[in-house]
Amino acid sequence: MFRKTVLAFGLGLAMVSPAWAESFTGAGASFPASLYQAWAREYAVASGDQLNYQSIGSGGGVRQIIAHTVDFGATDKPLKPEELNKAGLVQFPAAIGGVVPVFNLPGIGPGQLRLSGGLLGDIFLGRIKRWNDPRIAALNPGLKLPPFPITVVHRADGSGTTFLFTSYLAQTSPVWARAVGASDAVKWPAGIGGKGNDGVAAFVRQTYGALGYVEYIYARKGKVSYARVQNAAGQYPAPEPASFAAAASAAPWGRAAGNYVLLLNQPGAETWPISGATFILMHREQERPEKGRAVLRFFDWAFARGDATASRLSYVPLPASLKAMVRQQWRAIGGGK
Amino acid sequence: MKFAPRMFDRHTRRKLVNYGFVGLTMAATAVAVIALLLILWSLVANGLDGIGLHIFTMDQPPPEMPGGLRNAILGSLEMCAIGMVIAVVIGILAGTWLAEYGEGKRIAEVVRFLNDVLLSAPSILIGLFVYEILVRPLHGFSAGAGAVALAFVATPVVTRTTEDILRLQSNQLREAGMAIGAGKSYVIRAIIWRASRPGLVTGALLGFARISGETAPLLFTSLGNPNLSFALTQPMGALPTTIYQFALSAFDDWRALAWVGALLIAITVLAANIIGRALARGSHHS
Amino acid sequence: MSVESAGPSRAARQDAFFQALCFSAAMVLMATLAGLLVALVIGGWPALAHFGPRFFISAAWDPVAEDYGAAGPIVGTLVTAGLAMVMALPLAVGIAVFLVEFCPSVLAKYVSMAVELLAGIPSIVYGMWGLFVLAPWFALHVQLPLFYVVDPDSFWGHLFEGIPNGANIFTAAMILAIMVLPYIATVLRELLLSVPTHVREAAYGMGCTPYEVVSRIMLPYIRRSAIGAVMLGLGRALGETMAVTFIIGNSHEFPRSLFASGSTIASTIANEFAEASSDLHVSALLALGLVLFVITFAALVGARLLIGREKA
Repeated sequence: MFRKTVLAFGLGLAMVSPAWAESFTGAGASFPASLYQAWAREYAVASGDQLNYQSIGSGGGVRQIIAHTVDFGATDKPLKPEELNKAGLVQFPAAIGGVVPVFNLPGIGPGQLRLSGGLLGDIFLGRIKRWNDPRIAALNPGLKLPPFPITVVHRADGSGTTFLFTSYLAQTSPVWARAVGASDAVKWPAGIGGKGNDGVAAFVRQTYGALGYVEYIYARKGKVSYARVQNAAGQYPAPEPASFAAAASAAPWGRAAGNYVLLLNQPGAETWPISGATFILMHREQERPEKGRAVLRFFDWAFARGDATASRLSYVPLPASLKAMVRQQWRAIGGGK
Repeated sequence: MKFAPRMFDRHTRRKLVNYGFVGLTMAATAVAVIALLLILWSLVANGLDGIGLHIFTMDQPPPEMPGGLRNAILGSLEMCAIGMVIAVVIGILAGTWLAEYGEGKRIAEVVRFLNDVLLSAPSILIGLFVYEILVRPLHGFSAGAGAVALAFVATPVVTRTTEDILRLQSNQLREAGMAIGAGKSYVIRAIIWRASRPGLVTGALLGFARISGETAPLLFTSLGNPNLSFALTQPMGALPTTIYQFALSAFDDWRALAWVGALLIAITVLAANIIGRALARGSHHS
Repeated sequence: MSVESAGPSRAARQDAFFQALCFSAAMVLMATLAGLLVALVIGGWPALAHFGPRFFISAAWDPVAEDYGAAGPIVGTLVTAGLAMVMALPLAVGIAVFLVEFCPSVLAKYVSMAVELLAGIPSIVYGMWGLFVLAPWFALHVQLPLFYVVDPDSFWGHLFEGIPNGANIFTAAMILAIMVLPYIATVLRELLLSVPTHVREAAYGMGCTPYEVVSRIMLPYIRRSAIGAVMLGLGRALGETMAVTFIIGNSHEFPRSLFASGSTIASTIANEFAEASSDLHVSALLALGLVLFVITFAALVGARLLIGREKA
């Protein structure tokens, strides 16, 4: 009875909001959240359409788009082609970034600490317990490492950042691959959980001796120190848009069904080893075509006009050839252009 | 023969023990009062600087951009208002039934008990329930679902206070009404409700105080929305959900806004509480 | 509307309609609770059927292997709420006794108002205060000094083992204790006031000190219902979500020390429900919700049996 009242009420109020503006909802990955929110703000001024993007983690993005509760889902963990087909989804990349280990050690600044995949694996397994462990010292001659216990900080929610990070560990640390594996949520052998990228950054900021992993923008803006990670060429590049772009440029985009592409451990001296694209998920058959069109209009605008904003926020825009390919793929979406 | 001094000793000891005990009870009270002052102080210290007109005129910003909390404040107000309308209608009617019609019925005992169960049920479970009955079937997070979840949280509060207040009204009132030939329902509406008005308002205010700070029921229902929106079919921002998002973030400007929001919510809730209690006291004296 | 013009039949119809209206409102309440229970049972059934009794005793919470065990959150819930009661009860007794026996009437109004306000502060504010004020203080002034003093391999070392950031079971319990303190204190105060005056007067007449009156006469008099008051506070502490989610550290490990990070049922649901991607994960969370419902229900029934409805 009162559901009807609520709906009637809603219709009455809906009349109040301007009729020409479409509002649509996206949810998922927290890695691109600040980019989508900044784009949304500019796009609302440019078009009047309003995007409400909620950062609830990649796992949430996948689940909510499958449940039709949002107009698009966002995930840093690409779905495999068979998963896409089963759920009737289309997947395309929207931006590129990287995952960065961050730490909190008094007296040691950003970029001064060097780590490798094997070392990260052992630390996150809880096998290396203190910062002055000889294996950490071996990679960092000249650093004064304190005898603090290492507090591992991971994600409490399902997340694409976790998927990229654990996939990288599984590729570079055989022990990790055997004991834990790679997914958007894993059974952590050690440490504490923070909600979202910024929850992890906040915990790292608050805890002496903490080591966590966050998306690059959070490492840059969250006032935490980043570590350098050894790449496939044995170098220690700084995590920055150029080194993420280096990882993206070599990827076999055109040949991957469903755009299932990972950018981990790519070759090249300048390549950041834990790079990845962030993906958008939409239903092939739109329940509400006008919403689907609004989503595509938004990303069309973002591809055309959003690169400057993306660069300002330290995301890597897609290469032009990839954008053209994605625009082609949109034709498969019912109610699209 | 040291009987007297020992008596005296024991007497002194008893007095000392008693002083110690009084001291302990004072200390316990001091702990509660100090905790309250500390919490209020940290709210004021961290939130007061950020309060300005922009909080009420601008929507929540992406990180490191200027903004306020307008969308969250208005969203909270709208969902709480709708939730309260539902809760007041159902709560007052149900409370009236318990007080006026439920006398001696088994089923009234059951309803009363279940209302108490609902009153003490963790609010996050209400959120789960509304997700299952509204969000999932209707394919979308929405302000309407948020308002319904808040209504479920507030209704038992209103029901309970309504029943308690109506029971306070003397039977002479009821009999007097009946004596002039009015029907029972008319007596309840025209006489009993009118006489109990301050108490009913108190119940509603307590319900409002309870839901205006609720976060858990909104997490899976109204979700949140950085844009200003009034549509009940769309997700909607709310102060508690925005505070939750901002407080746990790594951005200083977001954290500052979270403190501002916490201060606003605390002021609202405390004001509703104080007004409600004052009304209740006033009605007892009258 | 005028009463006179309404014929008896019309008045009777009106009465019947109004009574039906009130009754259906009461039924909406019943339906809500029934629906809540049914939704949790239906939603949680796949997980309960899949894992069986192991769901309650296994501490696995492994989304990769799709293996969910609720022992960690269940124990976390019981331990934080239990610890909170241990901290809150003596304080609540102290406050109630102070207000009833020793408080000058000038002060009483303000003290009871402070207690009421403490009850009114929303849980998200407690959470923020816990995370940004209590936790750092606790880390700096309690945990770090203990690192220097306590041998890490001794019993105490294991008891106080934990991450030095103040986000752990113990601080969560501290926050919960402050939150439930006003509820317990208010009920205890009501109970103390219900002790018959002649019993108190007689004791004073025999020359007892106030301490002796309170400890030997009044507290034993209300003992049974005081346990009920604790149950009432317990019920609130068990279901508390936001304050705990902020400060408990969100680890699914079975808590092994007092200062270990942990999780409670409510914090687990708050963190994971919107994000869980597999059906079994969602079902496990709903099953957790069902467990929480049962636990809080038991606490309420216990409280009601011990103190009756008037004060609960």
